[in-house]
Parts: sequence; C-alpha cells; structure tokens
Amino acid sequence: MDFRDTPEEAAFRAELRSWLQENASHREVEAGRGDFDALRAWGGRLYSAGYVGLTWPEGFGGRGLSPTYQAIYLEESARADAPGHPGVIGLNMAGPTIIAWGTDEQKQRYLKLLLSGEEIWCQGFSEPGSGSDLAAGRTSAVLDGDHWVVNGQKVWSSYAHKADWCILVVRTDPDAPKHAGLSYLIVDMHAPGVTVRPLHQITGDPEFNEIFFDDVRVPRDSMLGRPGDGWKVAMTTLLHERGTLGFALSAELERMVNHLVELVRRPGPDGRRPADDPLIRDAVAREWIEMQSLRFTNYRALTTLLETGIPGPEGSGVKLAWSEANQRLTSLAQSVFGLHAQVTGDDAPWNGFWQYWQLRSRGNTIEAGTSEILRNIIAERVLGLPKGR
Amino acid sequence: MDFAFSEEQEQLRGFARDFLAERYDDVRLAQIADSETGVDAEVWAKLAEMGWLDAELTFLDQAVLLEETGYRPLAAPYFSTAVLAAPALDDETAKQVGEGRLTATLAWAEPGVPQGLLDAAGATVSGGRLTGEKVLVPDGAAVDLFVVTTADGLYAVDASDAAVTPHGALDGTRRPASVRFDGAPARPLASGDTAAELLGRIRDRAYAAVALEAVGVAQRALDLLVAYAKDRKQFGKPIGVYQAVSHKASDVYVRLQEARSLAYWAAWCVAENDPMARQACLAAKAFAGEAAVFACENAIQGHGGIGFTWEHVLHRYYKRAQWLAAFDGPARAQRAEVAAFLMD
Repeated sequence: MDFRDTPEEAAFRAELRSWLQENASHREVEAGRGDFDALRAWGGRLYSAGYVGLTWPEGFGGRGLSPTYQAIYLEESARADAPGHPGVIGLNMAGPTIIAWGTDEQKQRYLKLLLSGEEIWCQGFSEPGSGSDLAAGRTSAVLDGDHWVVNGQKVWSSYAHKADWCILVVRTDPDAPKHAGLSYLIVDMHAPGVTVRPLHQITGDPEFNEIFFDDVRVPRDSMLGRPGDGWKVAMTTLLHERGTLGFALSAELERMVNHLVELVRRPGPDGRRPADDPLIRDAVAREWIEMQSLRFTNYRALTTLLETGIPGPEGSGVKLAWSEANQRLTSLAQSVFGLHAQVTGDDAPWNGFWQYWQLRSRGNTIEAGTSEILRNIIAERVLGLPKGR
Repeated sequence: MDFAFSEEQEQLRGFARDFLAERYDDVRLAQIADSETGVDAEVWAKLAEMGWLDAELTFLDQAVLLEETGYRPLAAPYFSTAVLAAPALDDETAKQVGEGRLTATLAWAEPGVPQGLLDAAGATVSGGRLTGEKVLVPDGAAVDLFVVTTADGLYAVDASDAAVTPHGALDGTRRPASVRFDGAPARPLASGDTAAELLGRIRDRAYAAVALEAVGVAQRALDLLVAYAKDRKQFGKPIGVYQAVSHKASDVYVRLQEARSLAYWAAWCVAENDPMARQACLAAKAFAGEAAVFACENAIQGHGGIGFTWEHVLHRYYKRAQWLAAFDGPARAQRAEVAAFLMD
C-alpha cells in the first residue's frame, strides 16, 4: 500500500499543474455550466496539450496511459478550479463504446474529433415510456436498401441541442424477445427528420432535450455491433459511465466543499459568520469526510482495476453516495442564506451559484441510473441477493 | 498509487480470519461475553505464538488483524495492549509484551473533568509514586500493567500496585474498570513535549484502530443481513427480493466501503507518519464508528424479531459498534476537530 505518486506520475502531475496554472481560467461562480462555445474552445486546448483521452489507444488520438493518469488529471483540474471538457457524453459514453465495438473505420472517423471537442455527442437511450427499463424502448429502425429508417422519440438527452452525433438504441426486430430485438446506431444529428426540442429543467436551463426521429435515414454501416447486439453494446456504454465516473465525481465534490468552506467563513447576510455555528461546522466537516471517503474508495476501485482489468465492486456505490452528498451540501449552503437564498437575478447571493447547483443536484439521484436502480444493482450483482424482477 | 495490502498481509488476514472463526463461533463468543471476566484467558499465549504481538509488525500488518478482530471479536486485551499501551512502552517492557508475558492498557480519563485522550490529566507523581483516580480504563481488570497519563507525563504502573474496580459493560468482551493509585510505584515513560507528542500519536493510532475494528464489525453485520435475506422466506419469496430489505443492504454496503477506504487511508498515514495522519484518523474514526452502528441497526431490522433477541449474535456486534463509536467522544467530537482544520 502506497498512496504516493510514482516518479512518472509525480512528473505528470507537476507538468499538468503548471500547465493549468498558465492556461486555465477559473471556473466562474455562476448559475449554470458557463458559455458552451468557450467550453468547447477550452476542450480544444486541453486536447492540443495532450490532456484529453489519456487512457485511449494511441492510434486514435489518445495517449495509452493507465487510468491513474486520468485520476490525476481530474484531481488537479478540480483543484485548479479549471473548467471541464464539454464533450462529456462523447468522452464517457460514446467514445469507450466505439473503442470496444467499433470498426477501425468508425474509430478513425469519430474518435479524434470527439476528443478535440470539434464534434459533440449526445445519447438517445430513454424514451417517454421507458426510462430505467431501457429494453422496453420502442424507437424503431427498419432496413431500406443501404439505410436504416428510424422513427420514434427519445428524451432526457443532454447536449442534444449542441450535438453532431447521437448514440441511439433502436428496435430493429419487433418480433424478437425484448432485449434481443435491439440495435445500436450512430446517428447524424444534422440529418433530415431529426428534431430537437429543449426541455427546461427545474433550474430553468434547457440542459436536456427531446429528440424526434421522423423517417431519418441512417447509413447501414453506422451501427455498433450487429443487429440484435444493441443491449450488449448499451451495457458497455452504461458500465463505462458507472465505472470511470468516480474520480470526476469526487473531484467535483472537492471543488464544492472548497466553495462551501469559503462560503461559511465569510459573514452571512445578517453579518454573522456561519462557521461560528457548531451545527454548521459539524455539517461541513461531515461533507469533507464524505468527500475523502469517496476519493479513497475510487483509489481502491482503481487499484483493483489496475490489477485485474475490472474496476472493484467498491466503486459501484460512489455515484450513489456522491449524489446524496451533493444534495446535502448544496442545501446546506442555501440554508446559510435564509430567505436571501430565494433572490434571483443580479441580487442573487454568490451570483446564483448555490441556488442553481442546489436545484441541479436533485437530478443527481436520477441521471445516469436512478439511485433506486443503483441500489438494485448493488443488491443483485455485488451482494448476490435474489432478483426482484 | 497502490491501495492494496501486500500478499503477506493478505496471508496474515487469512490466518487471522480462520483462527478467530474457529475459536470464537457465535455461541462461544456469547459464552465468553456473558462469563465472569469476559476474557478468554488462554488465547494470549497463542497470539504471541502466531506473532500478533511482535514489535516488528508495521501498523499496516496490525491493521489487517484489527479489522479481523472486529469481524470476530477477540475476547482478550489485544486492542488495549497493542494499540493503546505498546507505543509508550520502554524496550524491556515491549519485549515482554512481544513474548506474550505481559498485557497492558492506557489509563487516561478522570472523573469530573474533560475525558478526552488529549485533555490534561490531574494525576501526579512525586518521588516515583503515582497518585490519582482513573475511570473507564479499557480492559482495566484484564491487564498486568497500566500506562497512566499524569500532569508530569506518562508512567507505567503494575496492576498489582493499583486498586482496580471492574465494571459490567454492554459489550461483555471489552469491559472498563475504575483504577485508583495511592502512591503506587511508577516508572517514567515520557515527559514534557515528548509525552504530549506521544499521546497524540497514540490517539491517531487508536482512532485508526477503532475505524478498522468498526469496518470488521460492519462487514459481519452486512454478511449476516445478506445471508438472512437470501434464506428467510415470507409471502413465498426470500425477503431479499423486496427492495425495502435489499436497499437497506445496499446502503450498508456503500457506507461500509466508504468506511473501509477511510480506515485504510488512516492506517497508511499512521504507518508512514504522513502529514495528513491527524485529519485522516479523525475522519476514519468518526465515519467508521457511525457506519458500524448503522450496519448493525439495519441488520437487526432486517432480521425482524429474531435479530432483537439475546440469543442472536447481532446484539454483540451492535454493542461493540457502540463502544467503538463512543471511544474518545462521539463522531461529532472528531468532526469538530476536522472543522477546526477547515474553518479556523
């Protein structure tokens, strides 16, 4: 057991730290994720400097490094309060799935532009009638000559309004049993027949969307895997989403804890320092401890990943615990302002930062697997309890 | 970055687990806990034989033993001797401990004043004789030697030179005693800044050890809950299919993994004398103590009526968890110190 960096890791960390110091602007304390075009430009600079796709194969724009380096990148980026790469769906979901299932041509076509942020991806999994129950999806694709003709509707698609490509789960065989009739397509979001309608979240932001497909023609070879492989391919996407997200979450939580500490040390609206209230001190300390526990749980899962090639089961609870911690933390911050927390616009405390993130945090226990589904997964796959369905 | 115990340490864990499971099945554990002393007097020589008391063990070696003695509580003053007392002992006394000839504990709390490990002690020494009153001394009636905190530093006193009053305890295998010293012959171990610094290190170590034991306790509670949820049938199905039950188990699992991560971090910091040791140990103790209680409470609930009986082993773990959570103050006391690092 040794938590210190190896000499190579230490060198990478030092180089990254000074690069961030010279190049990264601080993330604004504001109500939202910031200007998308600015983030896209930042993604491009990160890529040029070699900090995107650290663990991806070298031939496809990556650097072929171990996941430890990705963990270091995420930690240092959060500590420098630097913005993130905007192509999160591409980086965390589409890319790894293309690496696992794509042909060489598909890898050549998509991966580099994805890493550089020149092309943005979105995900078409959930439908109005099927959220957690992915295999109940009804969006269809029917072969017509050299094209699949897609019809249906997807929902909760983050970044769809900015996206160039969509990873789409479709039903290609209506007669096959539920899971076996699915396939996995890559769809051009600029193709005729694709309509994106923004959905406003409880924050007021249109961060996710509905996507309508009306006779959208998709080239026959734009499929990952073969017809009928859709469920298996989608599991790769979701496994990756749940498997490597941990460090991004604990790094994000570290940033939030730092802001929280800063908040309570300043005099509040009534002139008193929240940090002088023992109940607030206790609650803040609790979240710092929670954040450390998630950081080190990630390290444990990573150690297992490096040794066996599969992330350790201990990491499966990180998203679950993180989402609830982020909800507690942001609510605590809002409570510090009392009714001032309700004031929006130019007079909003902290530029609306805490009110935005408190409301946004309610999505954390729903997106990327609801907490209920995650608890089922832990019960069934990790603890070996009998399946409820 | 490497967050795994070495092969030797995992081997040590395996031996410890087998040894403890064989010696202390749930029935035997209950018998000892309900016995007059709460101690398995014969086990100590075996611990020495197996090398558990060797001075050469690193804290990471001890860490795997501590986790296992939480999983199957060891009815002997191992925690008191190896964790609380050993770091203060002189070489000669430490050698006796290593050979299994001596057990010891730390006596710090005094009646009517703040009782934290780092709070000022009122006991005094004059002309080599120690006078004072100590309470809540862990395993106080089960050891040969006391390491005593005084206004003048740390001293060693033979148990035969002290007046020991044993107490009953919820956790029958870890009972406290009140100990009075009336001019007892005392050997100096450390004084001044050295003593303060040593006591700080003992506390860090004790917090890490408590967290490790708590992880073992929580793991056993979870294992019992999961086994029961697979086995017990109601309405024609194993109760583990019901989310009201299975989600409890998942929550315990997540909390346990977080506790384990903090406990290992703390153990490593202690072993390496890392600058973050203080914060890591505070965090681990606070979190893992509460996690063990949480695990036991959910396991009791998941078992229904049987989990609430004296006959079932769960309450033994619950009471150990409560001892661990209460050690040197509840979690909020450790969080108050974490808060001071963060906010002052």
